Amino acid sequence: MQWFNVVLQGVLIGGLYAMFAAGLSLIFGVMRLVNIAHGDLIVLAAYISLIVTQAMGVDPLTSLLLVVPVMALIGYALQRGLLNRTLGEDLLPPLLVTFGLSIIIQNGLLELFTADSRRLQAGTIEILTFQVTQSVWVGALPLIQFGVAVAAVAGLQALFYKTALGRAFRATSDDQSVAQLMGLDTRHVFAMAMALSLAIVAIAGVFLAIRTNFDPAIGSARLIFGFEAVIIGGLGSMWGTLAGGIILGISQAIGAQIDPGWQLLAGHIVFLAILAVRPQGLFPKVSG
Amino acid sequence: MAPILALENISKRFGAVIVADSVDLALNDGEALGIIGPNGAGKTTLFGIATGTVAPDAGRVVFSGEDITRLQPERRCRRGLARSFQIPQPFSGMTVFENVVVAAAFGANERENAVYHRCAELLERCGLADKANTRAGGLTLLDRKRLELARALATKPRVLLLDEVAGGLTEHECSALVALIKDVRASGISIIWIEHVVHALLAVIDRLLVLHGGKFIAAGDPHTVIRSQEVAEIYMGIDADA
Ligand SMILES: Nc1ncnc2c1ncn2[C@@H]1O[C@H](COP(=O)(O)OP(=O)(O)OP(=O)(O)O)[C@@H](O)[C@H]1O
Ligand SMILES: [Mg+2]
Repeated sequence: MQWFNVVLQGVLIGGLYAMFAAGLSLIFGVMRLVNIAHGDLIVLAAYISLIVTQAMGVDPLTSLLLVVPVMALIGYALQRGLLNRTLGEDLLPPLLVTFGLSIIIQNGLLELFTADSRRLQAGTIEILTFQVTQSVWVGALPLIQFGVAVAAVAGLQALFYKTALGRAFRATSDDQSVAQLMGLDTRHVFAMAMALSLAIVAIAGVFLAIRTNFDPAIGSARLIFGFEAVIIGGLGSMWGTLAGGIILGISQAIGAQIDPGWQLLAGHIVFLAILAVRPQGLFPKVSG
Repeated sequence: MAPILALENISKRFGAVIVADSVDLALNDGEALGIIGPNGAGKTTLFGIATGTVAPDAGRVVFSGEDITRLQPERRCRRGLARSFQIPQPFSGMTVFENVVVAAAFGANERENAVYHRCAELLERCGLADKANTRAGGLTLLDRKRLELARALATKPRVLLLDEVAGGLTEHECSALVALIKDVRASGISIIWIEHVVHALLAVIDRLLVLHGGKFIAAGDPHTVIRSQEVAEIYMGIDADA
């Protein structure tokens, strides 16, 4: 029973990792952009939520109504104004620019909010729990978080395969130059992809900040969890990304159970093992 | 009458290779124009310059009276300039129907659910109706060429640039294709067609241009041009090389 509980907690936290990963995977899929600032953008979303909750007196989950569109707008503007200019044959410029962006966001947050750690208070829902079996309890928040993660992944999947925007993403991902010749404004398509990516980042950032303390420096670890979940799941598949997040979550939970210091290590080891045995990930997209 | 598409004084070189040397080309509205020329003459590059994927070193591209030399490719497409590729380049991970839907929705700037019907008709017309839900990456060469055509037509072009659509097809496939292109032309779309399969070309075009050494060395009535001294010389040259 104890192990069942450990795995269950791992699965639930895996949803959060999947949300870290989904945004990364989306923009890499559409425009081959590796966003080093992804983790810091998650933290930025948490701080924006902090401001909204304090200024308007709403709880963090309600603040999402504002944080999600704000982050999406930031994403659109960032892509149109800056990142589109870095894209080309060479993969290095976007890496360098997003690395610089990561440093700017971190230091900007440090300047504005100091290095003190913060927490978003979600109120009574934080202590609401359900008893599953005699010895297994699940919190309402982790359940909601997991449900939202599954919904986000399902929504992305549907968007990719059932909407005009999704087909624009896939066409541009397949061949940018041909997509342009078919009338697709690829700079707009890329900006929409980044907007969507940061909308998911906003959700992930708020759930993260309810779960744990945060400060301006925690972004890079989230970036790594996101990367690991993407690679474990396999690039280009949204359900794979969810699976990758869950596998990472379970590995960390089991590691932590063995020895608290092993939590992160266990996740990295499973990641490396999968990378070594199956570098394309567990559920890669069938390639064109 | 002003031409619908004109390349004016276009020059382009790749390193030391001069592919266009002050080239002029004018396509009249409703006309079907053929271009022939040896491999590497720069025919495909002219299409790239017209559609905006290749920047000319000098000269202007004029579409329907407007200078579009600096216009983005997607804008040119939406104004009615479409091309097919010599080596078909479908969106291979998408279905045949999705390929055409993307072109129809974005190329003609229409809502997606307004284009489904038109796309289904287009697939029927191009002989792809039974492949609508096949992944484009898995198509045969003939079907890929049909898809190139269907996708270009889906953008509702006024000018269609065809790059070697007949190469590699059987006689029967080729005549079906010629019939389709005649039909497209009859619908009022102006055409420039680059083709090595000369008899297919002659069945459709009004005027033939010969590109060689970065210049058009002959132009005029297709049958006259094909028997001209200039054409004989460059194609003899090819034979001697082969
Ligand atoms: N992007 C490029 N960079 C460098 N050289 C290029 C590029 N595109 C074309 N070329 C060169 O320019 C010349 C003309 O190429 P182009 O494809 O226009 O010829 P073509 O007349 O279409 O030939 P073919 O009949 O073989 O299709 C060739 O020598 C080709 O190698
Ligand atoms: Mg060519």
